[in-house]
Amino acid sequence: MSVPQTNEPSPGPKGLADLYWAFTWIALQGFGGVMGVMYRELVERRRWLTNEELLELWSIAQVLPGPNMGNLSLIIGERYFGVRGAIAAGLGLFSVPFVLLMLLALAYTQSAGHPEVMGALRAVGVVVVALIAVTALKLLPALREHPLGFTACLLAIPLTLAAILWLKWPLLVVLAVLGGSYCVLTYRALGRGAAQRS
Amino acid sequence: MAELALELTAWQWWDLLWHFMGLSLLAVGGGVSVLPGAHRYLVLQQGWLTQTQFSASLALAQVAPGPNVLFAAVMGWHVGLNNGNVYWALLGGCVGLVGIVLPSAVLTTVATRWIRQQSERREVRAFKQGMAPVVVGLMLASAALLMAPYQVVETDWKLWILGLVALLLLWRTKLHLLWVLVPAACLGALGWV
Repeated sequence: MSVPQTNEPSPGPKGLADLYWAFTWIALQGFGGVMGVMYRELVERRRWLTNEELLELWSIAQVLPGPNMGNLSLIIGERYFGVRGAIAAGLGLFSVPFVLLMLLALAYTQSAGHPEVMGALRAVGVVVVALIAVTALKLLPALREHPLGFTACLLAIPLTLAAILWLKWPLLVVLAVLGGSYCVLTYRALGRGAAQRS
Repeated sequence: MAELALELTAWQWWDLLWHFMGLSLLAVGGGVSVLPGAHRYLVLQQGWLTQTQFSASLALAQVAPGPNVLFAAVMGWHVGLNNGNVYWALLGGCVGLVGIVLPSAVLTTVATRWIRQQSERREVRAFKQGMAPVVVGLMLASAALLMAPYQVVETDWKLWILGLVALLLLWRTKLHLLWVLVPAACLGALGWV
């Protein structure tokens, strides 16, 4: 009945179950790049959101503590059905993947140190390190526009590395001391920037 | 595999859950940010995981589809496994899952409307932008922690080459992660790295 290829956004998920299965499906396609899948599923295929809306919600997901994709699913779920929507979406993202992962962990455990398995996982571990490093590298260009300036931002890297690797501070202390300092300085820089513009 | 022989008391299980819940709230910039915190607690401080189990947990979470923050569940699995058997491992998995997800999930669900309204405020922007450089530092620290065991040049140099190649491919090309992950896993299985 509906005309295909319409540019009208669809009314959104039909219910909690729809939310749950949508996010389950998104999670199952997400190998280290759930964001891309979110875009394909929610913006292109289901048309629940526009690209701008997705990016806006994602930036909020980033501000709030916790896994970004988890937060994003909660935010989207909450948007449609309140708290129950958030729960449905969150469960969708985590429940089936959790079960699968536990099965995978069991299989790994049963493999009892076979050299092929250990070797494969060792190599995968190194690729994961590369992925983490690449994520960090991709965040760097955005820091050029930072209120504190690029150099000050780069300084955070050796400071954080020293705090974690050498001083062995707990994460909370690193975030409170280094993170807190940077936040306060950024706050003041934002104020100066606004004052200069006005 | 179980590499340690632990006997966690109920209080220690509670401490594990509590710690993951703390990490949940400290996960600014994403789940990966808390890897140094998890490493410090589980491997260095409590000695409930070996370095190998730590890395393996992360790798398994990456290989499986879904949010990578589930590495916490696999770490919990290994703690439970070290505690004796698969049933403890499953408990550990649940503890990791609930710990790493629940607090931030509750906070997000409750605060999302408020944050949307306040997102232009200077404090919120300062928080988001202020944390960003430190988050970058935390990620690089995680990378360093994970590569730390591979310092024996004779056996490990191929692993470092793999890492560099993977880094360049993932950074400079649009290759999907699986195109790098699967060949790497094959190389590892064959014993070539």
